Amino acid sequence: MSPRMIIRRLGGSLLVLWLVSILTFLLVQLIPGDPAEVIAGENATVAEVARIRTELGLDKPVLEQYFNWFTGVLHGDLGHSLSTNRSVVSTIAEAAPATLVITTMALLVAVVIGVSAGVAAGLTQGSWVDRAVSTLATLGIAMPSFWLAMVLVSLFALTNPWLPATGYVDIREGFGVWLSHVVLPATALGLATAAELARHTRGCVADVLTRPYVRTARARGASGAWLVRKHILRNSAIPVVTVLGLQAGRLFGGVIVVEAVFGISGLGSLAINSVLQRNYPMIQGYVLLSAVIVVLINLIVDLAYGWINPKVRTA
Amino acid sequence: MTPGPGQQNGTGQPSGGEPLLSVRGLTIDLPGGAVQPGLVEDVTFDVHRGRAVALIGESGCGKSLTSMAILGLLPAAVRVVAGSVLFDGVDLLTCTRRQLRRVRGGPVGMVFQEPMSSLDPTMTVGDQIAEVRRLHLGERRSVALKRAGELLERVGIPKADKRLRSYPHEMSGGMQQRVMIAAAIACEPKLLIADEPTTALDVTIQAEILELLRDLRRDLDLAVVLVTHDLGVVADFCDDVVVMYAGHIAERTPVDGLFYEPKHPYSSALLSAVPQSGRARTNLTVIKGRVPSAGHFPAGCRFEPRCEHSVDSFCGRPQADTALSDDHRTRCGRVAGGELILKGAVRG
Ligand SMILES: Nc1ncnc2c1ncn2[C@@H]1O[C@H](COP(=O)(O)OP(=O)(O)OP(=O)(O)O)[C@@H](O)[C@H]1O
Ligand SMILES: [Mg+2]
Repeated sequence: MSPRMIIRRLGGSLLVLWLVSILTFLLVQLIPGDPAEVIAGENATVAEVARIRTELGLDKPVLEQYFNWFTGVLHGDLGHSLSTNRSVVSTIAEAAPATLVITTMALLVAVVIGVSAGVAAGLTQGSWVDRAVSTLATLGIAMPSFWLAMVLVSLFALTNPWLPATGYVDIREGFGVWLSHVVLPATALGLATAAELARHTRGCVADVLTRPYVRTARARGASGAWLVRKHILRNSAIPVVTVLGLQAGRLFGGVIVVEAVFGISGLGSLAINSVLQRNYPMIQGYVLLSAVIVVLINLIVDLAYGWINPKVRTA
Repeated sequence: MTPGPGQQNGTGQPSGGEPLLSVRGLTIDLPGGAVQPGLVEDVTFDVHRGRAVALIGESGCGKSLTSMAILGLLPAAVRVVAGSVLFDGVDLLTCTRRQLRRVRGGPVGMVFQEPMSSLDPTMTVGDQIAEVRRLHLGERRSVALKRAGELLERVGIPKADKRLRSYPHEMSGGMQQRVMIAAAIACEPKLLIADEPTTALDVTIQAEILELLRDLRRDLDLAVVLVTHDLGVVADFCDDVVVMYAGHIAERTPVDGLFYEPKHPYSSALLSAVPQSGRARTNLTVIKGRVPSAGHFPAGCRFEPRCEHSVDSFCGRPQADTALSDDHRTRCGRVAGGELILKGAVRG
């Protein structure tokens, strides 16, 4: 991918983020009635309402409010949580690692299992491998992740006490402990995506196999591992990467449920509590972070796409 | 027409000695027992060293299936159910996969109709040409790429070193087809199978590609199986011709025989479908009616419903492939029986 294209993509991403910042800001403005009163809740005293109004700067003109808020965002200041009065950024920074780690590991699980199962099925269409993958994939897509999480917990944490059933520990407390806490939630979260990817990959591989260029490669004497590695994988990867990007965004949403089952206090519980408490600064922080992550994933997918597909690279 | 068709090709000796490629009774079918056998049925022909054999016939007659079956490259939906394909004495239909792999891209190269879709879009053309040498000669990538550069030059692509790093979509159709040819000849094959190598290209480019194939044929003493719609190309380029109709061989003859004395009503219909002015290069589309699709073949002669000379009682019965002379065969019983004499397109 040419530097010009990368710059163009980066510019696009920044634009999206800026638009998201406006929407996030408007989140508070669009509350019907007096936002300060709504945020403070029904039983709030007048003093509390006034405190919230100044805290959020709601007494100033909208443009000035946005300017102040956006300047804060750029400096990493998203205000303070209304419930704990701690800084939004540090509260999120505390909760984020567990969530990001579990999501990333779930993605890893999904890619490793999904892509390899899909490739195996696509290469052996009609075989028992193919049928097994198709059946399991349908099952995996149909099963809600919280149920899968509960099954995994009862199998691998309760019936056989091999892995911890709840909680998350930082990697600095030891790789083994860390991994043991991550495996189950990541698997519970990632399997549905693995199933989705397996199905998609199978379809892509099956399609690539019918392409004339594969016939050409065979006509040149290519076969087996060479054919798969040099011609089939790369061509199949082009559509798979696109789906992967969409799935990554979905995982980040799905992690909330898994956190709840495993009793992990990550971004998910933070988001839910913030919504229940009408803790708008926290909600804004969460939405912004989500947007940054999704935009980042899209950017990575775009770059990967360009790297895999020469047609994009030179376009 | 200038010199008689087939005569200026020079390289072709009259058939003699062991054929390089010998296709015998090739029958291709959809598996699962179609009602009626034979997308391609009982196809038999030889290709001798250095000779060019044309496979002609309208669209859907089974030319591509036949040419792909030679290297075992049929699409998954169809299957060879009978026959043999002897190449250099080895039956490619029953040999081991390993043997087949050695033949593909080695002594037999293949070029397809659509260069764009036949080249891998994610691989540089250099790597695609080098691939052949790496697979067959075990050359290292750098060595193979160097050789690929020479091959690109050989097929008429200037600035080959730069072009090696291009991707197929960065090239024109003519260039892509040159790349296909370069890869096909990378291991100095004895036989080149070319399935309509110029159909997808502009007319001027078509002529250039044919010129290139002619040069290569001369330089490498290459035998060629050329699938084409173009009788002009047959006349210019080929020594022998196999006329296919609806999965059968209607007539098989040296090229002269086709033009001077066609021995099947389908051949003569093809000849008269070509405008006579100058060197006509027209697609064969002007015979009334259409090729029956697989499963709807008539029980007798497959050309009978469209044939000007058909006689119901006789042509409704299956026709045998009959030798008229050493190298001229027909599937028309009326011609074989001397009942029907057809006019050639060229007066001898
Ligand atoms: N993958 C396939 N599955 C089923 N039938 C097929 C398949 N490929 C070809 N056929 C059928 O086999 C017959 C012969 O096809 P083939 O491609 O060999 O024709 P052709 O003579 O090469 O025609 P064209 O000049 O259009 O390339 C056609 O009737 C076609 O419908
Ligand atoms: Mg064809």
